[in-house]
Amino acid sequence: MASDKNIGKPVPRKEGRAKVTGAAQYVDDLQLPGMLYGVTVRSHVPRGRIVGVEFGEGIPWDEFTVVTARDVPGANYVALILNDQPYLADGVVNHAEEPILLLAHPDKYLLEEARRAVKVETESLPAVFTIEESLEPKEVIWGEDNVFKTFLVEKGNVDEVWDSPDLITIEGEYRTGAQEQLYIETNGVIATANAEEGVTVRGSMQCPYYVHKALVKLFDLPEDKIRVIQTETGGGFGGKEEYPSMISGHAALLAWKSGRPVKMVYDRAEDMVATTKRHPSRTRHRTAVTRDGKLVGMEIDFVVDGGAYATLSSVVLSRGTIHAAGPYNCPNVRIRSRAVATNVPPHGAFRGFGAPQSIFALERHLDKVAAAVRLSPEELRRRNFITKGETTATGQVIREDVDLPGLLDRAFELTDYQEKRERFARENEGARVKRGIGFASFMHGAGFTGSGEKYLQSIVGCEATAEGRVRVLAASTEIGQGTKTVFAQIAADALGLDYETVEVVQPDTADVPNSGPTVASRTTMIVGKLVESAALQIKETLKGAGLIGDSYTQDEWARACGEYVRQHGALRTHVQYQQPKDIEWDDEHYRGDAYGAYAWAVYVAEVSVDTLTYEARVEDFVAVQEVGRVIHPVLAAGQIEGGVAQGIGWTLYENVVWREGRMANGQMTNYIIPTSADIPPIRVHFFENPYEGGPGGAKGIGELPMDGPAPAILNAVEHAVGVAFDTVPLTPEALLDALEGEPVEA
Amino acid sequence: MTDAPGKISINCKVNGEAVTLHAYPFARLLDVLREELRLTGTKEGCGEGECGACSVLLDGELVNSCLVPAAQVEGAQITTVEGVADGERLHAVQRAMVECGGAQCGICTPGMVLAAVSLLKHTPQPSEADVREGLAGNLCRCTGYMKIFDAVVHAVKEG
Repeated sequence: MASDKNIGKPVPRKEGRAKVTGAAQYVDDLQLPGMLYGVTVRSHVPRGRIVGVEFGEGIPWDEFTVVTARDVPGANYVALILNDQPYLADGVVNHAEEPILLLAHPDKYLLEEARRAVKVETESLPAVFTIEESLEPKEVIWGEDNVFKTFLVEKGNVDEVWDSPDLITIEGEYRTGAQEQLYIETNGVIATANAEEGVTVRGSMQCPYYVHKALVKLFDLPEDKIRVIQTETGGGFGGKEEYPSMISGHAALLAWKSGRPVKMVYDRAEDMVATTKRHPSRTRHRTAVTRDGKLVGMEIDFVVDGGAYATLSSVVLSRGTIHAAGPYNCPNVRIRSRAVATNVPPHGAFRGFGAPQSIFALERHLDKVAAAVRLSPEELRRRNFITKGETTATGQVIREDVDLPGLLDRAFELTDYQEKRERFARENEGARVKRGIGFASFMHGAGFTGSGEKYLQSIVGCEATAEGRVRVLAASTEIGQGTKTVFAQIAADALGLDYETVEVVQPDTADVPNSGPTVASRTTMIVGKLVESAALQIKETLKGAGLIGDSYTQDEWARACGEYVRQHGALRTHVQYQQPKDIEWDDEHYRGDAYGAYAWAVYVAEVSVDTLTYEARVEDFVAVQEVGRVIHPVLAAGQIEGGVAQGIGWTLYENVVWREGRMANGQMTNYIIPTSADIPPIRVHFFENPYEGGPGGAKGIGELPMDGPAPAILNAVEHAVGVAFDTVPLTPEALLDALEGEPVEA
Repeated sequence: MTDAPGKISINCKVNGEAVTLHAYPFARLLDVLREELRLTGTKEGCGEGECGACSVLLDGELVNSCLVPAAQVEGAQITTVEGVADGERLHAVQRAMVECGGAQCGICTPGMVLAAVSLLKHTPQPSEADVREGLAGNLCRCTGYMKIFDAVVHAVKEG
């Protein structure tokens, strides 16, 4: 008796009331009896040997718990992929702000004084700070050649195209800067730990089982002695994907040594300078195109700056690599990519995960290609858009109906693109404030790349109580995007029950199975499908027991659950992810079905550029996308709008200023994110084309909106001022440098 | 009650109730609310008056409680997010924030609710520019602000 009473409807957000009344409890709102506070003493140099630590005078050090690398009970690394990052520096430091020792004390004000009184003496070693210095290599700082990971994607034979006299070759180089996630709730956890009970951490995080895995290694304890509980989480955007493993380990080490609960909550400055950011990137394009605008060859060299340790860089690189050639049909493609080491804090997950970087480069470059063959940007793309039956750069045959021309038409219609394109060009002549309009077309794969989901083997549970309440058991976290609401909609419709009947359990590794990390636009599409299956199994169990038929009322359901629980003790199901048979992926050659499904989009930005103040503003933004079926129209639009706003920030405002490998502007005062006064109207339109692999037909959408704004805005800026910028962020200083000397009429 | 050395007694009203606070004169109002009164709905986002997560109403004016020294609230009336609803009945702004999707992760929401309440008190029929300006001191990283604007418009209608 599946229904669609809830899917597609704007049902009330599960935790909405708690959030608007202030009742929602975030980690810093919690206190445990006897709790200490913990802080981290960090490196001041980007690379060096630690030669001594001095505990300054005037601090009652005997009252403090002090933890160093020597106190680690298990392995001193953050278990993730390569296990190269220590929890606490042991003899050497490889980036500024690297954790060296930990302090705990009941008085957080005294603790801050104590942190300042610890003097770490270091002998500096030569450091590298840029992609170029790392590739040179100016100094080998990681492995044999500073390279964490490389990928090579080959389609056709791109070497054969360059000499053809009928083709035009266009080259370009594009760069993107670091970006701070800037969730408004900083990283924080509370840990309790002792040998008898093991370790419990509660805190702000996206991936409880990542933390769990890391703590098992750090403490060398069995899995059942580690418990991780997610508290209400004030934003993540990737910034709470891998970093919580670090802060959780630190708080737990202090708790282990002191025997008391320990709270660690970073202040804003520490969170900004010490935790992960979006990978800076450099992309080089060389493109061969026919005179009538058909792409024949694309050679792409994509490099990301991973920072001092490997962390997730290989996976970020993977997604950026696969998205680098975009939603176009080109017979010959080569993408080489590298993630390299520098002596800055490790860069990490941030919405889009490498794709915004490589898509920015491609969508800027295609405007350049269009100009070279005297086509409009849209005409060039129309002649190359991928369609059903054609293959992506990895050789994935597109098996779904994809209508990029339709998305483009709709986006242009909503923005009066053609009319504005012509009118602005006319009106800009002699105007101080110049206007422009531009767009980007792109795709974003949902779920883990390639065989990732197969290896994850995610599990979701579902339980029916004796009262007929349905509880969804998953480790997927609510971090603002609406996990609890969407899962409840999916389960309720699978069972034909009211939305209020379903509760989504707060992730706690003692209660919920490992449904994988809350990342990669996978929660609704991949985990949501498991929620649907787990719920359906509950129904099948009750039917098999003869307690319900094909249709039932809410009361009949409750009675059936009550009866089953009386007879059997509990009614609980678990389902595990099984890769659809038609998905094939070759990890070694990076070929095949990179993602189960893609969301497709065309975004249009309208900008103004003031040639007196050198300020660029986005005046209007339209986001048109096909995302399968929309489960919750308000939450889905909220994802797109929020992602677009972050994209606007990355493009025009958010400039991480580096000084000797340290973020020099680690404050909201001088690292600027968009306010309500900076954001244009963001108009969101969905095309719905149900995807059979997703629950109710849904595909993932969380990261998609991060991909389009940067190229659309810079394409619009080029239209406005006639300068092809190739770097984000585009600061007023960069505009000044480019436009200086041009006659300006006031 | 005798205050600890350096602490002073401060009499004020919080959410309509008379309270006597015991705090260092330069303690941040934010900390006093959260730690002494356990009113944890007021959040710290930046500690430097940029993000507005710690917004409260101080004698009816919207302030960042991270920038207000405790000594300054003697005799004042303070409203925190916990005091916005009328018992179980949510304020129109709170209802609209839930209905319109104005709260995602929720950490900026208490401050945003107070900013919107303050805006509508001063400007009951705000223009779009008024809304943008009125909320510009409250940063939200999740929503892109659109659904928050919707919520304010909705609250005006449903008031």
